[in-house]
Order: sequence, then structure tokens, then C-alpha cells
Amino acid sequence: MNSDTGVDLPTEYLQLQAMVRSFAQQVVAPVSAKHDEEHSFPYEVVAQMAEMGLFGIPFPEEYDGMGGDYFAHCLVLEELAKVDQSVAITLEAGVSLGAMPVFHFGSDEQKQQWLPRLARGEALGAFGLTEPGAGSDAGSTRTRARLIADDWVIDGSKQFITNSGTDITELITVTAVTAEIDGRKEITNFLVPRHTDGVTVEKAYNKVGWNASDTHPITFADVHIPEQNMLGERGRGFANFLRILDEGRIAIAALSVGAAQGCVDASVEYSKQRESFGQPISHYQGVSFKIARMEARAHTARLAYYRAAELMLAGRSFKKEAAVAKLVAGEAAMDNARDATQIFGGYGFMNEYVVARHYRDSKILEIGEGTTEVQLMLIARELGL
Amino acid sequence: MKIAVLVKEVPDTWGDRRLDPSTKRVDRSSDVVVDEVDEKAVEIALQLQAANAGSTVTVVTMGPKRALDSLRKGLAMGADSAIHLVDDGLAGSDAVQTSAALAAALAPRGFDLVIAGNESTDGRTAAVPAMLAERLGVAQLTALRTLHVSGSTVSGERVTDDGYVDVETSLPAVVSVNEQIAEARYPSFKGIMGAKKKPVEVLGLGDLGLAAGDTGAANSWSVVHDVTARPARTGGTIVTDDGTAATQLADYLAAAKLI
Ligand SMILES: Cc1cc2nc3c(=O)[nH]c(=O)nc-3n(C[C@H](O)[C@H](O)[C@H](O)COP(=O)(O)OP(=O)(O)OC[C@H]3O[C@@H](n4cnc5c(N)ncnc54)[C@H](O)[C@@H]3O)c2cc1C
Repeated sequence: MNSDTGVDLPTEYLQLQAMVRSFAQQVVAPVSAKHDEEHSFPYEVVAQMAEMGLFGIPFPEEYDGMGGDYFAHCLVLEELAKVDQSVAITLEAGVSLGAMPVFHFGSDEQKQQWLPRLARGEALGAFGLTEPGAGSDAGSTRTRARLIADDWVIDGSKQFITNSGTDITELITVTAVTAEIDGRKEITNFLVPRHTDGVTVEKAYNKVGWNASDTHPITFADVHIPEQNMLGERGRGFANFLRILDEGRIAIAALSVGAAQGCVDASVEYSKQRESFGQPISHYQGVSFKIARMEARAHTARLAYYRAAELMLAGRSFKKEAAVAKLVAGEAAMDNARDATQIFGGYGFMNEYVVARHYRDSKILEIGEGTTEVQLMLIARELGL
Repeated sequence: MKIAVLVKEVPDTWGDRRLDPSTKRVDRSSDVVVDEVDEKAVEIALQLQAANAGSTVTVVTMGPKRALDSLRKGLAMGADSAIHLVDDGLAGSDAVQTSAALAAALAPRGFDLVIAGNESTDGRTAAVPAMLAERLGVAQLTALRTLHVSGSTVSGERVTDDGYVDVETSLPAVVSVNEQIAEARYPSFKGIMGAKKKPVEVLGLGDLGLAAGDTGAANSWSVVHDVTARPARTGGTIVTDDGTAATQLADYLAAAKLI
């Protein structure tokens, strides 16, 4: 299949892409339907991804990373998401949300303590921002942290937290209110080891899609962590997590582009084979135009995330571009999933088909890590509106 | 132990593979990949290296400039260095000439063990490893599905039509392996980045001590007179169960040496 992306990438990126593409097809795809159906976490796949170094791509070698960059990480997510969004989000949440806060805001000791195991993919970190009463408006956090003697004591709850309950989850980074100053909440980040007394990872959600990804509510009841587990500066917690989300949008956009492209690839193949009224259905413009439009969506969304990543890596402002990429890529995935399912006819409604999975999986791409409306808010704000 | 692994780029086995009717050679204009069996040969070499301290693995290919990508793949997997035989005068060489060129590259560098895939998915002569062993004047074990080295003894199971035989010889040797030998690892991103910095020795006809008349299509010992497309698949044999279907099926499979 023609896999031209519209941008000529350096050889190392192309090799990484080719390697992950073959891994996705040969190792991930054969077990995707099974994990989706059983709602089971693909430990064996994750272990092999860890061995390939996929959890360490954007981190330096001194922390057992691969010494690559965030863009390379995005390319991997795109390839994985073509065949299995659950696997891709497990990597995205582990790296972009779980490990990145430690890398960006951690002290030397904190990085030494946590990053190598996260970068090697032996342990997963989760990102605890969303709460029952704080989603899009994540600043209205109610979870509290009080400094008592030499301990921070955390009480509250988080919800919809990815990777929070796997056998290899070791870390949950959270936002918590550490003071109220003039009626304004002072929000700070903390590193909470998963197996601390008082941390309860509740029963997994029964989700519409992303069935093989691990999502739970978490409660914190009188959770004591040492004072040095504060992450970053006191009072910078919200701003710091927003920075993580700005970057994360590029990664989620890459994942969404993978989903959108996966729908194109499956539709091209299927429409050439499936015959109706004596011809392959690809001969009908009603079908081929649909696929052409799907390709256009995937292509433009890819360029949008490439550009956002380029700006970010150049150290330039990328907030608007990341929001644009997340917006168009999430919509491309959902629109393509709907069209691909239509092209597959009745088979598209059967769970074992990749397009059926994309149909269920893609809706969250317009919700998670900032809803479509939140992206529009961000873009409007950048336009001075 | 100094290990050399022969790798070859071949037309993508997932794509359309064809012979070019005008040149009567394999059409290499489409996407190319490292032959899968060669990746497995690199894998077993790396496993032997891990088990034998102080060993080195060199990947070797003869092919056009772009075949460097195949070498890089081997280096990304973990090989230490690479040798690339590239020269316009080598293009179109047959198995006899290819083995001569490879021998010219390998002999002066003194390898203990040369590992090759037993048969490429394009030319499928399965002759180069044996010819190479002859030229190097060393022992050969071909079509191995397992491979072990202990001291200076190399051994393995050689697959035959009916099963396998245990074979062994002493180093130095040339061995060829089949696709059961190992599952090739995926290179890590660090491996991919690191591969750029590993040494690749480029050898032309002059470096190999070969003359222009020795190799290449014009001097090939074998000539392809004609190529024909494989006939379209015909309808299979249908066995209707009259009480003997199981026996008929078993006979069929046995005749095809599948059981
Ligand atoms: C599978 C899954 C995994 C997740 N993983 C994580 C995770 O690992 N960590 C984490 O912290 N969170 C995670 N989340 C949470 C996710 O980020 C939130 O669900 C999302 O940000 C939306 O928040 P909410 O659900 O509270 O919706 P709400 O904020 O209640 O929004 C409801 C609706 O109102 C709209 N809306 C809200 N405010 C406005 C406005 N001002 N203008 C216009 N429209 C508005 C929204 O766009 C949305 O359509 C996950 C969610 C899911 C479903």
C-alpha cells in the first residue's frame, strides 16, 4: 500500500515506522480481537513493546531511554493505532502522561527513582487529573493534600484514569489542592506510589471501546506520602499538567491519525474484494469517493500533527497547532470509522473486524485529553477571542 | 568467534513478485525487504554471540547501493559491522559468480562461522551457501533448523524430506538455516539510531581482486532462455465422502510429504 505521508522523513524515522508497522501487523493484530472481546490487558504485547524500547523513545539514555524525540514516539503511536487503539493508548498514556511529568518536572532523585523503570516499560505510570466534578474544567479539583509533619496526606478521588490498575502500574501522578489563596485554589502535583496504604483502585469501567486499555476510578483516603514526593514547584501543578496535556494532544492526534488511516487501509482492501451487482464495490463512486475523502482527512490531520510536533521540538509555541491537530485528527478518526463501517456493510458491525473496533474506539478521541469543545476553546483563545 | 551472516534484499514477499520478461531476471523495481530467513540468520548469530563472549557478528551483502538498508537492518538488530559488495560489474551475477565474490570478501577476513539462509525467496537456487563453502575450502552444514556451537564444534538438525538428521562438523564452517531456526527480534529505536554509527566496509570488484570478466550478467555461466508466468490456480480435487474420505485425504497429504 502507498504509505507516503506527504513529508520526507529521515531514514531512522522511516525504519522505526517500518519496524512498528510490521510489529503491529504480525504481533498486535492477531490478538486484538481477543483482548477486545475479553476486556483483557495485553500484557504479552506490552512486554514485547517494552523490549523494543517503545516506552523509552523520547527519554535520554541516562534514564534508560532510547534518546529519540517526541515525534518518533508519535510515529509509533500512529502505526500501532492503525490496528489497535487500546495498545496505542496504553503506550501513549504510559509515556506522554505517565512518565513525562516526572521527566519534565521531577528532581534528579525523582527521575533516578522512577524514570528508568518507566522508560524500560517494566512499570507504568498513570496520570490522575480528572475527577468526578472536574473534567474539562480540570482546575476545579477537589482532591486535597495537606502537609502533616513530614508527610503529604492526600484525600479525594480521581476518575477515568488510564493504566491505573494493571499489574505493572507503580506510579500515579495527581493534582491536588494544597491551599486556597483569596478563594483561588493552589494546585500542586504529587507522585503517589500505586501501592500506598489508602490508595484504592476501584473496579474497571465497562467502556464502549478501548476495551483492552485499563481504566479505573481511584480513591485516596488518608494517603501518606513523603514530603519529597511533591512533583515540581508547589502551586505550579495545574500549569504543569496543562503543559503535559499540550504535548499529549500531539500524541493523541498521532494516535487518531493512525485510527483514521487504519480505516482507509482496511476499506481500500475490502472494497476491491467485495463484489455486489457483479463488480467490486470499489468500482462505484459512492464507495470510492467515500474512501478518497477518508484519505484526505487522514492526510491533512497527519500534516497537522507533524507541524505541531515540529514547532514543539523547535522550542516554539505550539499550543494552537496542537489543539488544531487534536481537533481535526479526532474528528477524522470518528468520521473515517463511521464511513469504513458503512463500506464493510454487515461485517462492519461484527466486533472482530478492525473497522468495528475503530467505530467503537474512535468516539473517545473526540472526548479524552480535552474534548472537541475544549480544543475549540483553546484555538479561539489563541485567536484572541 | 568471528561470525559472518549473509543477508539479501528481495522483493517484498507480501507484494506482487514477478520476473521481468525482457531481462528474464527478478523484477526488483518494487519494494524490497531483507529476506525473512536472513533476518532469522542474523538472530541466531546474535544469540550465538551472546552465548560466546568476545564474539563478533558481521552482516554481509552483495547488492546495489540501496541494499545498504538491509545491512542497516542487521546492524540495528545488533550486528557489529557490515560488508557491502557493490559494483556495477556484479549486477546480474548468477549463483556461481555470487559465491566467488562472497568468497573473495570473506576469505581474507578469516571468519570462523558463516551463516546464511538456506534459500532466498526470489532466486531460490539454494546453492550459494554450498558453493561458498567449497570456495572457502571449509565444511558445510545446510538446511539446519537448529544450530549450536560448543568449543570448535558446530552442530544442528538438518531438515530432510522425511524428518531430520543430526549433523556436526568443526569450525571454520559455512552453515545455512531455514525459517524454523529462530524468531527474529525487532530492533530497538536505540539500535536503529546506533546502526548509523557502525562501520560498513564497501568493496568493489578491484577490492575483491576480481576482474570485470569474472562476474556480472554478461559473464554468467547460466542463461535463462525463457520465463513464463505461473499458470492460474486450477480448481482443487474434491473428495466426496463415500466412507473412504479420511484415507484419501491422508494419502493425498502423504503424497505431498505433508505428513
Ligand atoms: C477511556 C478514558 C480514559 C481517560 N483517561 C484519563 C487519564 O488517564 N487521566 C485523566 O486525568 N483523565 C482521563 N480521562 C478523562 C477525560 O480527559 C475527560 O473525560 C475529558 O476531559 C472530559 O471531561 P468530563 O468527562 O468531565 O466531561 P465534561 O467536562 O463534564 O464535559 C461534558 C460536555 O460538556 C462540554 N463542555 C464542558 N465545558 C464546556 C465549555 N466551557 N464550553 C463548551 N462545552 C463545554 C464538553 O466538551 C463535553 O461535551 C479519560 C476518559 C476516558 C473516557
